[in-house]
Amino acid sequence: MINRRHFIGIGAAAALALASGCTGGAGDESETGDFSGEVKGAITVLTNRTDLVDTTFKEYARTFEARFPGTKVTFEGVTNYDNDVTTQLSGGDYGDVLMIPGTVAIDQYRQFFEPLGTDTDLKAKYRFTGPATYEGKVYGLSLGGIAKGFVINKRIWAQAGITAPPKTPEEFLAGLKAVAGRTGAVPYYTNYKDAWPLSEWNNHRAVLADPAINDKFPADAAPWQPGKIQYLTDGLLYDVVNSKLSEKDPLTTNWEGSKPMIATGKVATMLLGSWAVPQMRAAAEAAGANPDDIGFWPFPYQTGGTFHAAIDGDKLAAVSRNSENKATARAFLDWFVNDSGFAADQQAIPPAISQPLPAGLKAFQDTGVELMEVPAATTNAGKEDEIIKESEIDLKGEIYRQKLVDIARGAARGDKDSYFAELNKRWSAAQSRVMQ
Amino acid sequence: MRRGPWLYLAPALILLITFTYVPVANMLWYSFHKWDGLDVHMTPAGFGNYVRVLTDEQYWRVFLVSLYYLAASFAQIAIALYFAVVLSYNVRFKNLFKGILFFPYLLNGVAVGFVFLYLFQPGGTLDTMLRALGLGEHTRYWLGDPDIANLSLAGTSVWRFTGLNFVLFLGAIQSIPGEIYEAAEIDGANRWHQFRHIIVPGIRRIISLSFILAISGSLAVFEIPFIMTGGANGTRTFVVQAYQTAFQFRQIGLASAMAVVLLLIVLLVTWVQRRILPDDEVSLS
Repeated sequence: MINRRHFIGIGAAAALALASGCTGGAGDESETGDFSGEVKGAITVLTNRTDLVDTTFKEYARTFEARFPGTKVTFEGVTNYDNDVTTQLSGGDYGDVLMIPGTVAIDQYRQFFEPLGTDTDLKAKYRFTGPATYEGKVYGLSLGGIAKGFVINKRIWAQAGITAPPKTPEEFLAGLKAVAGRTGAVPYYTNYKDAWPLSEWNNHRAVLADPAINDKFPADAAPWQPGKIQYLTDGLLYDVVNSKLSEKDPLTTNWEGSKPMIATGKVATMLLGSWAVPQMRAAAEAAGANPDDIGFWPFPYQTGGTFHAAIDGDKLAAVSRNSENKATARAFLDWFVNDSGFAADQQAIPPAISQPLPAGLKAFQDTGVELMEVPAATTNAGKEDEIIKESEIDLKGEIYRQKLVDIARGAARGDKDSYFAELNKRWSAAQSRVMQ
Repeated sequence: MRRGPWLYLAPALILLITFTYVPVANMLWYSFHKWDGLDVHMTPAGFGNYVRVLTDEQYWRVFLVSLYYLAASFAQIAIALYFAVVLSYNVRFKNLFKGILFFPYLLNGVAVGFVFLYLFQPGGTLDTMLRALGLGEHTRYWLGDPDIANLSLAGTSVWRFTGLNFVLFLGAIQSIPGEIYEAAEIDGANRWHQFRHIIVPGIRRIISLSFILAISGSLAVFEIPFIMTGGANGTRTFVVQAYQTAFQFRQIGLASAMAVVLLLIVLLVTWVQRRILPDDEVSLS
């Protein structure tokens, strides 16, 4: 009998889930999710930081539980985060608080996450709400932001006679050539095999200092044209590889191995984010090199005589729509973002506007860089993702950039012009289908 | 009484249907839709996905990469057959050699990928060995050079799967009764005669099975290129492409259509092969 009742229970729950799933998108007009109720009971937090689950995050859970007696927080580390959690999302059971996987399109946020508040309310308090905002509602909060730029080995660049960040792509290439000529270091390391570092070339729209760029981007049928951002960034990557200023065999690169290489001066430059600086410094210490050799430079392009560096919020934390303890989940999310000290521990830009920048980024700012948070697209929200899927040009990934590197090093047919023409063609075909 | 056989079959049938036919039916269903694998709404797409797979060069070109693996699988069958025949006679350290040959197949594909990644590195194991043999001028970027990359990967796949073919052949050869060899020897047959007239006809079924597996296997190559190059540098196979379409571009519908196309091709190849090589009764007389 018990089994039978249980079975009916599951059926009813499934029917309910189906019903709510179907109506949820269109009918739900409330400004924020329902977070009423007592802060009590157990919640599960999914995280990609498997390295912190048994250490820092255990401390956080203990602190939170002390602050709100009767609660219990369990962190669950997920190694292959985006893919694994996407699978969980379609299954319906994905913890109470979680990082939003990159695979979820912004117009799908409301199917999976609770709205945390209106754009106008939260923007006043937090940085990096833009990418989590859809139709005026914010679905996720950043846990800490990072700046984008080149991680460099200052000692090697100084040996090549360069101590200030290059201001133009040409200057940058000349600098890399000087590194190649005067030092034994590999001037630029692509990390082609591990591939994701190539996606960093997509994170530099801020250099144009145009707050509307993310709205303009999907409206443009041919972004690989001279003067456009893809021509600038992808073009620089092409030139670096084409001038033989990158590692000789990109197919056998190794991310973990690249850290000691830049730390000890075997590699001079990598395009990454400020999050990489502490890791490279740690690698320098481990290899017996000087951690102060590691520096951070902006992308070599100036608008109005000033460098602009993108800052963004990295992964966003959200409350699950299917959570059975939303009050506690929300309380934890707020505490995690504001009071846990996570951003400071990670030397990240704190999401709360009222909190100060980390020391490492002060030095970066002092080179005359303006930090800029590029607002997410509003009128064309989600369109860019659609064009990416439709054209299979993974702007935010690495597949087409690997091809770019292959062409640049002479391992695949074509040249810069022919490949950019092909990209423009494929992009515009998809763009016209999506934008109609 | 008549219900009896069904009762015994039921568990197997239920498992088969749940885990084989229902997912395939689902895949067929997806392939006629435009869907990202997450959204509650699926947009019907008719035959749109199939048209795209078959007309867009980007999708069918990757089949050409399979030719490398197909060529390699012939080499693999030849090597496996050679060793199986040699080791079916009385050779010293026979079992040791059997173990050595079968060992690569026991290794996990991911481990194989990593091992060979280091082997192929510039200045890696392979280059060092070539230099030690005085063949230093033949070192290449084994994965970085687009002319060689697919050969390196296909070579890795031969290394990995030869053991399986070897064991299949060896098992088949050993099932041939020993008296036949004895009779042949009395008649004055040498080793080559024995191979030609006893072993080959005796294991014909296994050889033809190996060819079917080789063809469908080389159409469906995935883990070695996926782990070692991620499909970069012109090594993208059809399945790697389908994986990227499904999970990196979230086009589950399109990827399902690719999977269905692959399934149909494999079925077709198998059918054609069965027609060309009819499944005769094995007879050694």
